Parts: sequence; structure tokens; C-alpha cells
Amino acid sequence: MTPALEVEGVAFAYPDGHQALFGVSFAIQRGERVALLGPNGAGKTTLVLQCNGVLMPGAGRVVVTGLPVATEHLKEIRRRVGIVFQDPDDQLFMPTVAEDVAFGPANLGLRGAELETRVKAALAAVGMEEHAGRPPHHLSFGQRRRVAVATVLAMEPDILILDEPSSNLDPASRRELAEIVTGLEVTILMVTHDLPYALQLCPRALVMNRGAITADGPTAELLADAELLAANRLELPFGFDPAALRAR
Amino acid sequence: MGAGHAHPLYLPGTSPLHRARPQCKIAASLLFVLAVVATPREAFWAFGLYAVALAGVATVGRVPLSFLARRLVIELPFLLFAVFLPFVGQGERVEVLGVPMAVGGLWGAWNIVAKGTLGVAASAIVAATTPVAELLRGLERLRLPKLLVTIAGFMVRYADVIADEVRRMRIARISRGHDPRWIWQARAVAASAGTLFIRSYERGERVYLAMVSRGYAGAMPVLEDLGATRAQWLAALCLPAMAALVAATAWGVRP
Repeated sequence: MTPALEVEGVAFAYPDGHQALFGVSFAIQRGERVALLGPNGAGKTTLVLQCNGVLMPGAGRVVVTGLPVATEHLKEIRRRVGIVFQDPDDQLFMPTVAEDVAFGPANLGLRGAELETRVKAALAAVGMEEHAGRPPHHLSFGQRRRVAVATVLAMEPDILILDEPSSNLDPASRRELAEIVTGLEVTILMVTHDLPYALQLCPRALVMNRGAITADGPTAELLADAELLAANRLELPFGFDPAALRAR
Repeated sequence: MGAGHAHPLYLPGTSPLHRARPQCKIAASLLFVLAVVATPREAFWAFGLYAVALAGVATVGRVPLSFLARRLVIELPFLLFAVFLPFVGQGERVEVLGVPMAVGGLWGAWNIVAKGTLGVAASAIVAATTPVAELLRGLERLRLPKLLVTIAGFMVRYADVIADEVRRMRIARISRGHDPRWIWQARAVAASAGTLFIRSYERGERVYLAMVSRGYAGAMPVLEDLGATRAQWLAALCLPAMAALVAATAWGVRP
């Protein structure tokens, strides 16, 4: 079966000359939930933007469910890859929640009843149906993050990429989002430096540092490797016992 | 703006006026204002009729007159200008309570106060019965350039976000002992404004990125057809038609 996402030898430098990625390679199979771990400035977000063609790699290639990322089919690539950005205020810009969720599928050409069904289903998936008519800025931060997930789910992507999904969430919102994510039947790449959240949601993890993948394996094993974490500027929160991870 | 949960200009409701199509309401209020402005200022009775008609519309829309009165406060700065006219005007003068005033200035002041108040009241009624999102769609239906409507939409959407940012920056400043009292202490405020500009600019870039990631290719999708029926247009145009009739009569009976 073709993997949901294949990244082969991707290197990228920003126009100012700053080299952000140095030959990144990995593959994610359909239905997998994978965490992309790394400290600030590791190149995680740059890598994510290669996956839907917002940035084009200087070398290497990205293939999404068999379709290489290239200018001629960007529209289809952006349907297949759904990115939930870190700040929901960047993602939600329409006057009402329902219109915002409809924005993506409407760009794909959906109209009328079909569009409405998509919007309803996406809002239901994140438990926000009753807020459909409200303006996004009247929602709590946790609710806005959930709506941001719905805006992308409405496009029925093959792979969902979440950029720091747990940032700025209170513990209850964090748990609610985790429940939503585990309930979704879609391939997920979750970018984070929140290690317990990665462990809770993703059986497999990639570790990224200074623009390269430095480890790839079961999340519990990687997090129990103190040397690996230290070498990549990753740290478990205070009181978190790596030994307990091995027992899981 | 502000932290208020509902938009301060809007009164939620289900009255016939709330249900009317936004483009009809906008067009009707604009035409009404045009008729009011075209009315000769000497026709006091005409302005009385306009006020009664507006009060009637407000009642249909369940907009309390006290609410409307509070919204009218926004025109005060403009009225200040009108208040000066009778004092600075040239020509024939009359004594009002022992104060000499220019007749032309008095007429000018009355003209501004009456027409301004009616215009502001009409738009306040539209704003009280139409959510901002619908106003935008109404403007789009009225063939206002899409780009302008989109920009207005972004402005409404991000005004709160930016106001929040301003608030946080101010709190952070005063928490570090900044207590601006004199103009030469404005440097920190000016620096904050610069930072805010850069931040908003960067946010614009991120918003665009998020839009492109959801398939945006330069045009906003039209989601639903909010077309108005002929009956809806006819109902909405009753008020401006009546106003036009009054204005025409006022010109006709003018001595």
C-alpha cells in the first residue's frame, strides 16, 4: 500500500540563506499517528509547510498518498494534507464558525447540501455543532482550537498535521482535544515538544533536531532514552518517570 | 471592539426587521437618508414625519428607543460643530434668550442636527437588527467590490484580536513601572505601536498561509445565495418611498 506521506531527502533553505532542512526522510503509513518531536527551531514547522507545497524543497521530494507535491496539482495536495496551525486566530478568519469550516471545502468546489453535510460532520467530530453560528472570537481558546481542527477535517484530508496542538490549552481542553484526536480515523502527524501528549496520542515518534531526523521509533522507547532526549534538547516534565514508560 | 461578548451595536432578536434581507435594509436606509438630506430645512413637519416613521420601524424591529438614544451619542462630536454656527455666522441676527445669533447659522445648525440625527438613527436601527456578518454579505449583494468587503470582514474579525494585543502590551508596560503622564514619555507607547504593526503584519502572513493551506486561490468562495424576493424588496422600500414622497411634497408646498 502507498504510504500516506513519504518524505525523501528533503533539503530546504530560506531565501535569506538560512538552511532549515538537511535531507529529511521518513514515511508514514495510512492510519498511523506519529509525533514529530523537536526543540524550538529544529525545523518542524518548515518541514510541515513542505508537505502541502507552501514551501517547495530545494532538493528531495514529498509524496502524499502517491501524489508528488508539485505546482501542477497543489489544489489536490492541499485537499489531501490538512494542516492545523498553532494559533487558531490565524486559522479562523471568517465571520462565523460555520462559514470558516465551509471555507476549505468551498474552495474545493463543494456547494449546497453537500457542503452543509461536510460542515456539520466536521463540527460534530469536534463537538462544536451548537456553536456553528457564532463568531470565532466569541469562543474560548480551547473551542477555537477545536474549530480549527474542524476547518481542516471538513476537507476530508488523507493526512492531518497538527502543529503544537496542546499549546496554551488548559488541562481539561487538552484532554478533550486528545479524546477528539484519538476518535478520528485519519492519519495524523502531530508536531510538538509536549512529550507526554505525544506519548498519550502517538504510538510512533520522529525526533528532529537542527534540520534532520535524529531518531524514529516507538514513542515510549524514545522517551525512555535519557541520552537521546538530552542530545536533542528534549526534556520530560518534572516528576515524569521514564522507567514507568518502559512498563507500559 | 472591547471584551464584550456580543457586538455592542447588535440586539439579537427574531423580529420581521431582523429577518429582512441585509441588502434590502442597507439600500432602504441609504435611500431614506438621501431623501432626508434632500428635504428643505424649513419643512419642520417633514422632519417630524421622518422621526415618527423611524420610531415605527424601530418598534417593528423591537429596538427600544432608549437603546437608540444611547447609540445617537456617537454623533455628538459632529453636533459640537453645529452648535458654533449660530455664534460665528454672518448676516442678520436675532436675540435668543438675550444672546445675539446669526439667523443663517441657526438654520445651518438645525439642518445639521435634524438630518444628522435622522441619518444616524436609521443606520443604528440597521446595525441593531443585522449581525455584522450579514451586513457584509448584504454589501456584497449590493455589488460592493468583493475585495473591499473581504477587507472589511478581516477588519471586523481581527479588531478584537488586535485590541487584545494592545491591552496585553499596555498591561506589560505598566507592570514594569511605566506611568506615562507627559508627552516625552510617549516613546514607549510609540515603540509598542511599532511592535504591534510588525506583529499584525506577521499575523497577516500567517493568516494567508493558513488560507492557502485550505485551497485559497485568490477568490473567496460564495457560500449561499441570499437573494431577496420582489416582495422583500417592496417591503423594504416602503420607508424610503414614503420619505421621497414627503421630501417632494415639502419642496412643492414651499412658499
